[in-house]
Amino acid sequence: MTATGNRWCGQSVERVEDAALLTGHGRFIDDLGVRPGTLHAAILRSPHAHAKIRAIDVTAARKAPGVAAVITGAEVTALSASLVVGVRAPIECWPIAVERVRYTGEPVAVVVATDRYLAEDALEFIEVDYDPLPAVVDPLDALDPKQPALHEGLGGNVASERAFRYGDPERVFADAPHRVSVTIRYPRNSCTPIETYGLVAEYDAGEDAYDVLANFMGPFSLHAVMARALKVPGNRLRLRTPPDSGGSFGVKQGVFPYIVLMGIAARVAGRPVKWIEDRLEHLAASVSATNRVTTIEAAVDADGRVRALAWDQLEDVGAHIRAPEPATLYRMHGNLTGAYDIRHVSVRNRVVLTNKTPTGLNRGFGGPQMYYALERLMQRIAVELGLDPLDVIRKNLVPSGAFPYRTATGATLDSGEYAKALEIALADGGFAELRERQKAARAQGRIYGIGLTAAVEPSVSNMGYITTVLTPEERRKAGPKNGAQATATVSLDPLGGVSVHTASVPQGQGHRTVLAQIVADALGLKPSDIRVVADFDSAKDAWSIASGNYSSRFAAAVGGAAHLAAGKIKAKLARSAAAQLNVAAQDVEFADGRVRARGNPDNAIPFSRLAAASHWSPGLVAEENQALSETVFWTPPELTPPTEKDEINSSLCHGFIFDFCGVEVDRVTGAVRIDKYVTMHDCGRVLHPGMVAGQITGGFAQALGAALYEEYAYSPDGAFLSGTFADYLLPTTTEVPTPVILHIETPSPYTPLGAKGVGEGNCMSTPVCIANAVADALGLASVDLPMTPAKLAAHIHAEQPTRGRK
Amino acid sequence: MPRLSADARHRIRFELNGHTVEGDAEPRMLLTDFLRHTLGMTGTHVGCEHGVCGACTVEIDGVPARACLTLAVQADGARIRTVEGLAPAPRRLSVLQEAFRRHHALQCGFCTAGILMSLDHYLRHHPDPGEADLREFLSGHLCRCTGYAPILAAALDAAAKLREASAHA
Repeated sequence: MTATGNRWCGQSVERVEDAALLTGHGRFIDDLGVRPGTLHAAILRSPHAHAKIRAIDVTAARKAPGVAAVITGAEVTALSASLVVGVRAPIECWPIAVERVRYTGEPVAVVVATDRYLAEDALEFIEVDYDPLPAVVDPLDALDPKQPALHEGLGGNVASERAFRYGDPERVFADAPHRVSVTIRYPRNSCTPIETYGLVAEYDAGEDAYDVLANFMGPFSLHAVMARALKVPGNRLRLRTPPDSGGSFGVKQGVFPYIVLMGIAARVAGRPVKWIEDRLEHLAASVSATNRVTTIEAAVDADGRVRALAWDQLEDVGAHIRAPEPATLYRMHGNLTGAYDIRHVSVRNRVVLTNKTPTGLNRGFGGPQMYYALERLMQRIAVELGLDPLDVIRKNLVPSGAFPYRTATGATLDSGEYAKALEIALADGGFAELRERQKAARAQGRIYGIGLTAAVEPSVSNMGYITTVLTPEERRKAGPKNGAQATATVSLDPLGGVSVHTASVPQGQGHRTVLAQIVADALGLKPSDIRVVADFDSAKDAWSIASGNYSSRFAAAVGGAAHLAAGKIKAKLARSAAAQLNVAAQDVEFADGRVRARGNPDNAIPFSRLAAASHWSPGLVAEENQALSETVFWTPPELTPPTEKDEINSSLCHGFIFDFCGVEVDRVTGAVRIDKYVTMHDCGRVLHPGMVAGQITGGFAQALGAALYEEYAYSPDGAFLSGTFADYLLPTTTEVPTPVILHIETPSPYTPLGAKGVGEGNCMSTPVCIANAVADALGLASVDLPMTPAKLAAHIHAEQPTRGRK
Repeated sequence: MPRLSADARHRIRFELNGHTVEGDAEPRMLLTDFLRHTLGMTGTHVGCEHGVCGACTVEIDGVPARACLTLAVQADGARIRTVEGLAPAPRRLSVLQEAFRRHHALQCGFCTAGILMSLDHYLRHHPDPGEADLREFLSGHLCRCTGYAPILAAALDAAAKLREASAHA
């Protein structure tokens, strides 16, 4: 074992989180005690997709056993303000129905009672007089001005429309020898963490302040939205998170309207209020990824070289534009050319409102929708031009040596070797054999297809990308938004122990372990010497609007900030040690728990003694070397606001993915079997291979669910059809194969440790890779998700009339 | 069978991880709520409350069961094991728990308690399972973090280690 350098990073060390989690001693939101007198909330939800509320009678419910208060839209509008909406439109967004319900499952009333059973009992006594209205469910219908408007102030249901133009797309399309287009309808789905939302809210009337413990995951830009809604300054909304959270995948961003709602409930009741969402509430009304209708057209040379793209995206955000929407539509804006070198792009983006659950963060966040269109298009180009789909990808990849590469729409692809990664994947993943398997299967009359996908996986979101929804003139008025502050604090205690605090709000990924590795490496210690505290307190921790657990920012941004904070402590300790060791500061090394002279390991001080010195004898430590605690705020300068031409570097880092798979479709049932799946990743420097593999296999399984099983389905009248786990089908061990994972590493030049995000990539690449394989198997020009057996069987049996038919 | 009154609380007593425990519950109280909030044994988790996700799996009289589909009063007089009873001693992990840690077979750890309870039971009765057997058996559990691959690896590894231990016993 070497004494210096990166000893721990890069190793799959056992996680510090695991012993507690494996023995039933985790501390999730519902495992923590509450103050005596805490009340429990239950929510009455709308059975209608769209209706006016004529009256709500809560008299009987208020008298029900154990009930302390009943809250409706009247109390909420009296005591709070609408949640801020991210587009310039005359619409409001409340955490509870106000005079009208706009989606099935929308909160209508909250009962708080001495226990949850009694609170649910009392829901039965609330009488709501609804006047049902026609529902707008399909986003294409939402474009029709004759359809009922969800928000009267808006006039119709189009909340935002913008057109963009990069390069000279009209000329390139006019000159193009070939034009190929696809239209896709990306469905609604969600990554459904196994732990639901939960919170405990308290209101202090004396200071007009709210204190909320919630399994919220950020982004903490939403803290500002919540504080404004509660009509308090930011320092009077104290937001804390429990030590453990049972998964999120973006979804727990959506707990924030409930923080406002239950804050009001606690204020009205005069006691703390606890609410744990149940699974039926979660499926119907927590949050969903956006469904999107996209038409994309390419101008293509005869050899498959794509010269221009024309995007037309119709985004369905559901019944409200709930912050940070319409971010799903703009997260990928800098990456609309994917992994390809395409210089001419036009874009039309429209955002519509429909009578469905409001949308929000969900793993991949805009990537699944975008890549489904782009990579289906690449496959169709090959089919329509009679080319090998692999050659079409090869011909268009951003060339090695072109990095950092500025895309037409403004992203800076930081590093990569796309062609090399692809060729390694083909060789090591056994692509030639897979084609042989396909040939053999087809010779036997089986339905077998191969799919390919290339994708760029963005990470560390620019907080300014969402302002691309505004016109340059609107942005000038609002002031530029940009950056992505990451924070970390490294502290020394009076016994020389090292603690790390971050605002990364882990949801199970293992941040505490990786931070311990990073800081141990910096200070020459063991990870077990470092204590990492990741439960968050907005009143005490260093944080900013970009804090939280999203856009795969941990390894690249937060890990980097911890590395920098440890480096600052180390520099101070090194200078103090230099004087004691009689060497120059640059000749002081930190290794094996000691601080010593390079080349003379016997000339050493125990780390803990040096680290404790500023506590016990600050008079002996020079002022500039006082080493107690260092907090680093790090924001990459590359994350600039959108330009006047609407170019936006929407993310800091860009990993590369190349996937291929072989699938067989059952001729009778239409069921898809994944025969082989290979996924090649370049996520820069890998800090913990075991966790990176876990992110990939986990994302892959969710993506497989999205590809084959999962849909938040609605009937034409807006009734929700996927309200249990028996209706919304998650893949299990019998459905999820183990993918072959391959890596190359091109470190990011823009992050302190060279790491890039890796958590979301397969949610972007896998659904379309499987769809391309199914399309190849069945010769389909068009296929939408989820590719259920019934859907595919209909294709198969439409081609071949059944034998029984006369 | 005792007659219970819907609006009364009834004394319930059972053996939990080798110790006798007792508390009061209305007949409608779920075993999950009784374990977690009456007894303070929060290791058993609630993921769906309709018997699909498997997070709440405990062992009742030697058989894995969904605690969310069980009433607390049904447990009266039973022998129950939960995740808190798996480790041989404080600060030590069972062979199965060790394998989970080694293979990174958990991320958020929320579904893990139920999966451990099912596997602990299964491996005692099926010491030499193949991967296909485990895939079939574990299909009653939902995990959203891991993609299952490391769970299967951990289960196979644990089975091998347990066989080795019993061969030397």
